[in-house]
Amino acid sequence: MNTGTFERGTHPPDNKEFTSGRAICDAKIPKRVIIPLSQHIGAPCEATVSIGDSVKKGQVVGMANAFVSAPVHATVSGKVVAIAPFPHTMGRDVLSVVIENNGKEEWVDNISEHQNYLSLDAETLKKLVKDAGIVGMGGATFPTHVKLSPPKEKNIDCVILNGAECEPYLTADHRVMLEQTEAVVEGLKILMKIVGVNKGYIGIEDNKPDAISAMNAAVGNDGSIQVYSLKVKYPQGAEKMLIKAVVNREVPAGGLPMDVGVVVQNIGTAVAIYDAVRYGRPLLQRVVSVTGRGINEPKNLMVRIGTPLSQLVEECGGFKYDSGKVIAGGPMMGMAQSTLDAPVIKGTSGLLVLTPEESEVSTHGPCIRCGRCIDACPMGLQPAMLSLLVEHGFYEDTKEYDLMNCFECGTCAYICPSKRPIVQWIKLAKMNLAQKK
Amino acid sequence: MGEEQHKLVVSVSPHIKCEVTVARIMWLVTLALVPAFAASVYFFGMRSLIVQAVTIISCLGFEAMTLKMVNRPINLADGSAFLTGLLLGFNLPSNIPLYIPVIGSFVAITITKHIFGGLGYNIFNPALIGRAFVLISWPKQMTSWMAPVKSITDMDVVSAATPLNVVKLGETTSQGMQTLLEQFGGSATALYKSLLFGGVSGSLGETSALLILIGGVFLLIRGYITWHIPISFIATVAIVAQVTGNDPVFHVLAGGLMLGAFFMATDYVTSPSVRSAQIVFGICCGLLTMLIRLKGGYPEGVMFAILIMNCFAPLLDRGMRTKTFGAAGKKKEVAA
Repeated sequence: MNTGTFERGTHPPDNKEFTSGRAICDAKIPKRVIIPLSQHIGAPCEATVSIGDSVKKGQVVGMANAFVSAPVHATVSGKVVAIAPFPHTMGRDVLSVVIENNGKEEWVDNISEHQNYLSLDAETLKKLVKDAGIVGMGGATFPTHVKLSPPKEKNIDCVILNGAECEPYLTADHRVMLEQTEAVVEGLKILMKIVGVNKGYIGIEDNKPDAISAMNAAVGNDGSIQVYSLKVKYPQGAEKMLIKAVVNREVPAGGLPMDVGVVVQNIGTAVAIYDAVRYGRPLLQRVVSVTGRGINEPKNLMVRIGTPLSQLVEECGGFKYDSGKVIAGGPMMGMAQSTLDAPVIKGTSGLLVLTPEESEVSTHGPCIRCGRCIDACPMGLQPAMLSLLVEHGFYEDTKEYDLMNCFECGTCAYICPSKRPIVQWIKLAKMNLAQKK
Repeated sequence: MGEEQHKLVVSVSPHIKCEVTVARIMWLVTLALVPAFAASVYFFGMRSLIVQAVTIISCLGFEAMTLKMVNRPINLADGSAFLTGLLLGFNLPSNIPLYIPVIGSFVAITITKHIFGGLGYNIFNPALIGRAFVLISWPKQMTSWMAPVKSITDMDVVSAATPLNVVKLGETTSQGMQTLLEQFGGSATALYKSLLFGGVSGSLGETSALLILIGGVFLLIRGYITWHIPISFIATVAIVAQVTGNDPVFHVLAGGLMLGAFFMATDYVTSPSVRSAQIVFGICCGLLTMLIRLKGGYPEGVMFAILIMNCFAPLLDRGMRTKTFGAAGKKKEVAA
C-alpha cells in the first residue's frame, strides 16, 4: 500500500472518536428552511420565486447567469414565506429564500433518472452537475462544474477524491465512505468521464483503515482507480498537499490543481454528483458531524440544506454548558457562529461545539522567534515574519513574504507557543491590501 | 440546556491551540540545566548555590521592577527571567563578590532585554551581555577561577587557572597545551575525562561537558531546540582545531562551548529562526570562537562569538528565506 504525505504540517489531536463510530442518521426535516442565495464562491444567485409561491422539493429557487456560480434549490415542498437577508454561517447576512414546509415532500416534476449514466457524454454529465447546484462540499464551496471545465491547454490526466478529512473532529466524509461506498466510486467514475481521464485516486488518511478497506473492496479489480493511504497530518486534505502526497506534483505558487493536470473533488461532492446524474436529484442534503465536548449527543446527521443550526443542536440533545463556541466546520478552519439562526449550507461539514474552557480566547504574547511556525507551514512561508509585519502595520511588506500564498489552514496559529493570532493578522493584511487596490 | 440561554463565543480560526506555551519552553530549558546546576554545587560547594541564588533573585527582581516601570503586566511565571538568571550564574566564577551578579543581572534584564522592547525583541542574549559587562568591568574578579572544593560545605577557595587559560598563558598554544597536559600527568585521556565529568576550574556552568550535553540532548529529543545551531557550532570548532593543528577533543570539551552551543546560541530570540540560516549562524559562531581562542586576547571566545553573531541573526533570516511551496513551478511558468 502506498502511503504519501507532504513536507512540514502538524498533528492536532484528532478527536474523531465522538462521532466516527456513529452511523449517519436522518435529521428531522425542518418546518421552515432558509435557503441562502449564496452558498458558494462566485456570483450570488437571484431569486427565481416570489413570496407566496408554492414550491416543490428540488425546484430551483435561485439562479445566476455568471459562469462561476451554482443554482440553489428548494429542499422541502411548501410555500415561500420570505425573501430577505438572513444570518449565514460565513458571518454576514445573505439574501435567502425562506420556505414553510407543507410536509408533503412533493418532488419537482422534471426529474430524469439515468440508468446508464456512464454512457452519457461529458457535456451532458457536466450540465447535470451544474444544474444540480453542486459545489465543493469539503467547505470551500467552489462550484464543481467550473473545476470540471479546465481550459483546453491544461492537460488533465487524473482526478483525486479527497477523503483525507484532516480537520480534527469531523467524520462526515469518513461515514460517507463507509456507508455510501458505491456512490463514492460511481461519482469518481463520472468525474473521470467528465474530464476525460482514465486515472482516479481516492486519498484517505490512514487513521481510517475501515474506510480504506471499504473503498478498496468497492473499487475491486478496476485498475483505473487506486485507493491511496495518506499519513495522518494536518493539513493533508488541503488540495495542494493532497496532490503532492498522491501524485508528487507541486501546484505552482498562485496556481490551481489544473496547472499540474489534476482535478480534486471532495468525497461528499462525489456522492452528490452520483445522486445528480443517476437519480436527477439536485444537492438538497448533506452529512454534518455534530460533535465536540459541548454537545450532549454527538451524531452524524443527514441534514436538509437550509436547516437552522439551532435544530441540529436540539436534535443532538442540546448544549452541555451555558456558553462556548459553536463552529461551522472543523476547529482549524471553521467559522465560529454568532447566532444559531444561520442555516446549514452546502459547505457545512460539521457543527463543532466547544466547552466554555475550550472556548476561552487566550491572550497572546510577543513572538519569541522559536521558528515552530516556519517548520510547520505547509506552504513553506514564514508566518512569524508575517505576524510581526502585520502587528506593526507593515502591510505592504507582507507581499514580499508571499502573504498571498497563505491559505489560512491555521497550522501556525495552532502551534505558536505565544498563542499569537497569526491567521487573524494574515486575514487582516489580505483585506487591507485588497482595499488598497 | 436550551440554546436560548447559550452564550456564543466568537473568534477567528483556528479554534484549538497546542499545549506548548512560552512558559513551558522556558521551564523545560531550565529543567535541562538541572544536572549541570547540581554538578556546579557538587564541584564548587555552597558558594555556587549562593551565587546562583543571588543572580536568579536579582534577575527576577529587575524583571518585575522594569515591567512595572514600563507599565506592562508582571509575569515572572513565564520563566524567562529565571532562565536568564540561571544562565548568567553559570557564567560566573564561584568566588565572585556578590554585588557583581546583581549588577550583571541589571544589565542583562533591564538594559539588554527590556530597553530593546522586552521578551522577543532583544537583539543580544541577555545573560551573555550581562556577563560581558561584568567581565570587562571587573576583569580580575571575573577571571580568578577557583579549583573545585573538597566537599560541598567547604567555603575555602583555592585559585586555579582554567584549562583554556593555561593554554593561553603558554608562549605558543602548543606550549600552553603541553603545560596543561603536564597537570594531568601527561595523559590526554585524563584531561578529557576531567573536562567531560567535571573537576576542572572554571565558571559554574562549564565544569562538566557531559552534563550540559545530557541537558542539550534532552532538549533536542523533546524538540525544543533543533540540531542546526549546536551541531554546526561544535563541528566547526572541532574542524578548525583539527586544521590548525590543535586538539579538537580538547577544544570541544573545554570552556563554555557545550553550554554556549546548546543553551546560549540556541536562544530563540537572538538566533535566526530559519533553519538554513541557523547552520550559517552556528558555523560563524564556531569560526569566531576559534579565532578568539587561538588569536585573541581572551582565553575563551564562545561568549563574544555568540554576541557578535546575535547582530547578524535578523540579517541571516532575511537573506536566507524559506522556499514557498510551488515557487519553482511559478518561475517555470513565467519563463515559458
